[in-house]
Amino acid sequence: MIALSPFTIAKRYLMSLQRNFVVYRKVWLTNALPNIMLPFFLFVSFGLGLNFLVGKFFYHGIEVSYVHYIAPAMISINVVFNAFFESTYSSYVRMDRQKTFDAMMATPLTMTEIMTGEILWGATKALIATAIMQAVISLFGLIQYPEGFLILPLAFLGGIAFSAFGLFFTGTLPTFEMVNLPVCLIVCPMCAVSGTFFPLQHMAPWLQWIAEALPLTHLVKITRAFSFGVMDAELWWSGAYLLVFCAIFFPLAVYVMRRRIMK
Amino acid sequence: MQYIVEARGLTKTFGDIRAVDGISFHILPGECFGMLGPNGAGKTSTIRMSYGFSPMTAGSLRIFGHEVNGNWRDIKSRIGVCPQDNNLDPDLTVAENLELYAHYFEIPKEEARRRTKRLLEFISLEHRRDAKVTELSGGLMRRLVITRALINNPELLILDEPTTGLDPQSRHQVWERLEELRFRGLSTLLTTHYMDEASRLCDRLVIMDYGKILVEGKPADLIKTYVGRDVIEVAAPSRELQDFVVAQHMEHENLSHRLVIYTHEGEKNFREISTRFSNVGCTLRMASLEDVFLKLTGRGLRE
Repeated sequence: MIALSPFTIAKRYLMSLQRNFVVYRKVWLTNALPNIMLPFFLFVSFGLGLNFLVGKFFYHGIEVSYVHYIAPAMISINVVFNAFFESTYSSYVRMDRQKTFDAMMATPLTMTEIMTGEILWGATKALIATAIMQAVISLFGLIQYPEGFLILPLAFLGGIAFSAFGLFFTGTLPTFEMVNLPVCLIVCPMCAVSGTFFPLQHMAPWLQWIAEALPLTHLVKITRAFSFGVMDAELWWSGAYLLVFCAIFFPLAVYVMRRRIMK
Repeated sequence: MQYIVEARGLTKTFGDIRAVDGISFHILPGECFGMLGPNGAGKTSTIRMSYGFSPMTAGSLRIFGHEVNGNWRDIKSRIGVCPQDNNLDPDLTVAENLELYAHYFEIPKEEARRRTKRLLEFISLEHRRDAKVTELSGGLMRRLVITRALINNPELLILDEPTTGLDPQSRHQVWERLEELRFRGLSTLLTTHYMDEASRLCDRLVIMDYGKILVEGKPADLIKTYVGRDVIEVAAPSRELQDFVVAQHMEHENLSHRLVIYTHEGEKNFREISTRFSNVGCTLRMASLEDVFLKLTGRGLRE
C-alpha cells in the first residue's frame, strides 16, 4: 500500500495534465502561439483600427476608448479558444487516435483522475495564454494594476469552465469532424455577442437575455472589471454563474467520457 | 490454493449482443493461461474486464484473491497490460514512454530510469531509446508495448495478441523473453491467433467461441483428446478414398478438395492410403492445436 497524503492524491489528478505538459514543452512555441494569434489579431485590427472611428464612451461610469474596451474581452476570448480547443480537438485525438486514455486506464489511475487532468490542463493552457497576451496588452497601458493581476486566477477558472464544456462535446460527438459543430454554432457566435465587441445595454432585449445566459458574457464582465479596476456587486453574480457552470459541466464531462471509453 | 484470477459466470453484453456469455475460469500462480478463439469470440472483452477497463455485466471476478467491487487501484498496480492496439504515446521517445508510464504507477524517478534501462536491454531496444515512437517499425512498437507492461514488475501479465504483426525473428525473441518471465514465476493471461505460440507458451488454455468456453485443458491433452496423435491430409481425394474413409469409420473432415483424417495410428493408415489410393499430395504430420481449433470452431469465416 502506498501511504496516502493529500499530495499523493492531488498528484494522481494531475497525471494527465503532466503528460500533456511534457509534450507541450517539447514544441512549446508552436503549441502556444496559434490559439493566441487570432484573439491577438482581433485585438489589433478591431481595437486599433476602430479606435478612431468609435471615439470615447462611458462604461460603468468611466470614460474609455474602444481599444481599452475590447482588450479585456480579447483576453477572455483567448481563454475560450485555448481551453475549448484543447479539450475538443486535442483531447479527441488523444481519445480516438492515440488511445492515450486507454493506455492510462491500464495503470492504477481512474477515469475521474485522468479526465480531471485533461480539464485542468485545458485551464492551464488558458492560463499560460492569458499571461502572454496580458503581458503584451499591458505594454499599451490598457490594464490597471494591481487589480489586473486578478485576471490570471480568473482565467484559470474560466479555463476550467470552457475546458469542461469542450470535453463534454468530446465525450458525446460521434466523429472528430463533428467537433467543428460546437465551434461554429456555439463558440464563434458566443464570442461575438458576449459583450465582447459592443456593449449589450443598447441591444434588443432578446439578445441581452441570450448574452446573459452565455458563460463568456460573465467572464468578460469580470475580466473588464479587473482590467479597469472598477468592481461592483454585480460581479458576484457573474462569478457565481461561472462556478455553477463548472459545477455542472465538470462532472458531466467526466461522466460522458467514462461512458464513452469504458465500454 | 489461491488463484491469481478466478472468474465465475463472467458476462458482458453490448445491447443485445452477449460478447462474453457467463464464462468461468481460473489462473494458477506462475501459470501461463491462454485464450484462443476466432475474432469476436469474446477474448478481448474478457481481458478488458480483467483489468477493470470494461465493467462486467454480470458474474464475479476475484483477482489476487480479492473480489473486485470497483476497487481497482491496488489490483491494477499489480497488473501489466499489453493491449491489442499499440497505444504508445506518439509524441514521446521510446525511453520517455516507459518513464512516463512508470510515473503513472507512482514509481520514483530514479527507479523508473533504472527499470527503463533494464527493460530496454531485456527486449533489445536500448539502441533506440531516444527514437521517437513514430519512427519505429510496427514490430518494434509491439515489443515496446510488451516492455511497457513490465514497468511495474507485475504479478500478472495480460497480453492481448502480443506478437501480431511481428516478423519471425522478433516473435521468437518475444517468446524467449516470455518463457524467461514464466520461468521466474510470472502469471500470464494470453490471447493469440497463433496456435504455435499457444502450444509453446501456454500451460493451460481455453478455446472460446460466441462468448462461451468450448474446451479447457493443457495443449497436448487437448490435441490427444480432440484430434488424436496424427493427421493425414490428402489433396484432391478420389471418390474411392472418400468411401473408404467412411467405411473404415475413420474420423475425418471432408473439405471436398481436401480430406483431413485424424488418427492415432498415423503410419499404418498413411501407408495403406498412399499405396492403395494416391501417393501424390498425401501427407502425414503430427496433430497440432490448430487442428483442435479448426475442428471445434469450424472453418467458416467470421468477418
